[in-house]
Amino acid sequence: MTERLFEGADWDFHTLQRITDACEEVAKNDLGLDVYPNQIEVITAEQMLDAYSSVGMPLFYKHWSFGKQFAYHEASYRKGLMGLAYEIVINSSPCISYLMEENTATMQTLVIAHAAFGHNHFFKNNYLFKQWTDADGILDYLDFAKNYVMQCEERYGRVEVERTLDAAHALMSHGIDRYPGKKKLDLREEEKRAGRRRQHEEEVFNDLWRTVPKGASKTRSAISLERRRKLLGLPQENLLYFLEKSAPRLAPWQRELLRIVRHIAQYFYPQSQTKVMNEGTATYVHYRIMTKLHQQGRITDGNFLEFLGSHTNVVFQPEFDDPRFSGFNPYALGFAMMQDIERIVTSPEDEDREWFPDIAGKNDVMGVLRDVWANYRDESFIAQFLSPKLMRQLRMFHLHDDPEERAGIRVDAIHDERGFRRVRRELARQHDVGYIDANIEVVDVDLSGDRRLILHHHVIKGSQLNETDAKRVLQHLADLWTYDVSLIEVDASDKVLREYVVSPRPIPAAA
Amino acid sequence: MPIHIIDRRLNPGGKSLENRQRFLRRAKSLVQGAVKKTSQERDIKDVLEGGEVTIPLDGMHEPRFRREGGTRDMVLPGNKKFIEGDYLQRSGQGSAKDSGPGEGDSEDAFRFVLSRDEFVDLFLDDLELPDLAKRKIAQTESEGIQRAGYTTSGSPANISVGRTVRRALARRIALKRPGKDEIEELEAAIAACTDEDERLLLLAQLDKLKAKVKRIPFIDPLDIRYRRFETVPKPVAQAVMFCLMDVSGSMSEHMKDLAKRFYMLLYVFLKRRYKHVEIVFIRHTDRAEEVDEQTFFYGPASGGTLVSSALQAMHEIVRERFNPSDWNIYAAQASDGDNSYSDGELTGMLLTDRILPACQFFAYLEVGESGGSAFDLSDSSLWTLYERLRNSGAPLSMRKVSERSEIFPVFHDLFQRRDTAQEKAAP
Repeated sequence: MTERLFEGADWDFHTLQRITDACEEVAKNDLGLDVYPNQIEVITAEQMLDAYSSVGMPLFYKHWSFGKQFAYHEASYRKGLMGLAYEIVINSSPCISYLMEENTATMQTLVIAHAAFGHNHFFKNNYLFKQWTDADGILDYLDFAKNYVMQCEERYGRVEVERTLDAAHALMSHGIDRYPGKKKLDLREEEKRAGRRRQHEEEVFNDLWRTVPKGASKTRSAISLERRRKLLGLPQENLLYFLEKSAPRLAPWQRELLRIVRHIAQYFYPQSQTKVMNEGTATYVHYRIMTKLHQQGRITDGNFLEFLGSHTNVVFQPEFDDPRFSGFNPYALGFAMMQDIERIVTSPEDEDREWFPDIAGKNDVMGVLRDVWANYRDESFIAQFLSPKLMRQLRMFHLHDDPEERAGIRVDAIHDERGFRRVRRELARQHDVGYIDANIEVVDVDLSGDRRLILHHHVIKGSQLNETDAKRVLQHLADLWTYDVSLIEVDASDKVLREYVVSPRPIPAAA
Repeated sequence: MPIHIIDRRLNPGGKSLENRQRFLRRAKSLVQGAVKKTSQERDIKDVLEGGEVTIPLDGMHEPRFRREGGTRDMVLPGNKKFIEGDYLQRSGQGSAKDSGPGEGDSEDAFRFVLSRDEFVDLFLDDLELPDLAKRKIAQTESEGIQRAGYTTSGSPANISVGRTVRRALARRIALKRPGKDEIEELEAAIAACTDEDERLLLLAQLDKLKAKVKRIPFIDPLDIRYRRFETVPKPVAQAVMFCLMDVSGSMSEHMKDLAKRFYMLLYVFLKRRYKHVEIVFIRHTDRAEEVDEQTFFYGPASGGTLVSSALQAMHEIVRERFNPSDWNIYAAQASDGDNSYSDGELTGMLLTDRILPACQFFAYLEVGESGGSAFDLSDSSLWTLYERLRNSGAPLSMRKVSERSEIFPVFHDLFQRRDTAQEKAAP
């Protein structure tokens, strides 16, 4: 007879230890999860707000925008407009989970199962995270970034650093390598490299070079477009990378700041691509673990009911005409799909055999799921595994809204035999980050003339950039580039829809 | 696998404080505007409690490339009656909710809570007492401590180790105290020595050295030095603020309320900004009395009006306690402007001959009835009198207030930092 993990709602640190051990037993033996070592930290509401304002990370460089976040969250929390998360989990090794101190013992169990095992397994095994993030190095790297920004502020002034960071933040969503190819990021190495570079600069600094007469400059006009594009690595969609490497007048520390912002953006990139899967995995794992603990008699019926209450809230999906509706709930969709896969693997119907011949009736639920968790992201996961049964269950339909169409919004497909594939394809596309973000790339630099930087925005389905925001971002971009910048919006047939030209602001004399 | 469970609750809080300060610094002008706007609508006590402010987000906006418009496709859950090829009417509300701008709107105005200190600091940021410290700055009210070299006596806590060791070293070198290595060398030589005579000679030498070591201590009490501190007087500008308030029967509740609000603000401003400002409260009907702040703000009183009584009281207090050559003297007077006719002359005389020459700054606040604009009535007797004085060059500031909401602007106006204006005027 196994012992109860806890009674009632109270917990202490021994309880947490017992809970974690029990969860780990189920996670390892029943689910076959493979996780980073866990580190569990108990925090207060104020500390949770702190974490919110630094994008969930335990340490971060200082910037006013995080203060703004904090002020905003604090105000809405105090007024009761917003509850706080039960936990925050960090993709690092060891995997750090922050638990709120006011959670009940049941909630702590749920949260440990969810974060310390569900998310943790996903972080360690999903191909995107493996490819793009360095869990071992991230905390050290953030520490380095924090210190580096601080040193820069001391050396070059807070205003200067803030200006550079503001600009870098504006371009953050376009500071990502979307396709692998370069070597894996090693953040520890990054940190050392920055130090070495600075040292090298100091060693080789020789004021004499400034006074050496320059030879006659070579004629630049001869450089052909092809050659120029090759030299600059164009077209380039990673704007921060391009600026870091090619902006003519940035100081070395500014390049390093751009690099830091770029690395951090890259670190978060997999998370934005796997919301449904990540939450689906964690929710499925906590559901399995909690159920098992209840079966084993380690959790009382009352506590299990409390768990079911919160679980149901988490996976609640309002319908489109519900005032609470705000898009698909990644927890709900993810969990529903994971359970659906479990159903297909264990007790498939004829339809499932036809749609999913590879997994239907395979009976190894965890084997299939682990494979799915490792090798897909939201877009491919939905495109591959959303079943007709689930589409019927959620009563999905596809709307096509063409502003030109007078009659209104057309229902393009519904959950029927004709529509399944189209609905599924469209939903997958909605979860494709590459499709959601504006497709902007550097196409050319006028090297022989006024050094104007030329960017293209490839407009999809007539959706252009918000004008005020675009102008502001371009202003930041021009400030970094220090020459004119033009952004041309072109549609699929290369027709120019709109052109922005922005000149850099003069740098104040104090700099 | 060992699992680390860490209690972080005891970690020092306020990790975001610096970011918050950066944010406030950046948004300073916006927040200041919001603070002033908010403070007009609120009770003074509430103002000083801090609270929520709303600022436009324009200056604090973080731009991103965002797409909007165009044809949109979406997959939604919860289909009840639609079949393929149906058309849905675009309702105004529906499309507004779904389209991009909805998201932007929520960020147009930004609400957040300021702490009490932040609020008051921002609120009083650009205020200052005019011409402070023109008078003699005397009275060593506070004493600072300053390093002043070294001394041979002092408390053990103040021993300067570096200095002491240095002196000991110098002394040891000067007196040729044998070092450890010297003795060791000699001992080695003795051990290696085979000739008995020479060994004895060396032994004697060793004894001599050892005796010398004993005689000359490593650290002698003579070497010890203490860090010396001196107290230095810090000059403090002395200032006194006289608050004169009319509480006569002609002052309606509303007027008294306005006057009290004004003084409350003045009181907070002085208390917060100037540690060494004395405040004297004088209230008057047809006779004046010096009262404590509690009575001043909350005590009831009524009667006729003799403004000169208050000025007389002030003059006496100045003569007794605040020598104008030592003190910066400020005064603020609030009244409805009514004064008995017979008193006008005396008031004028007191003010020109006694009060104003002693004062750095004299502010007169005339409170009026709510709704009644101060301009459609003819000026009150006091106002006419003061205006004449001001025109002849007296350091007198005058304002009229008839609404609560005017208190803050007038207050700001009276105590605005003037250095910039003066600098402009100077060259």
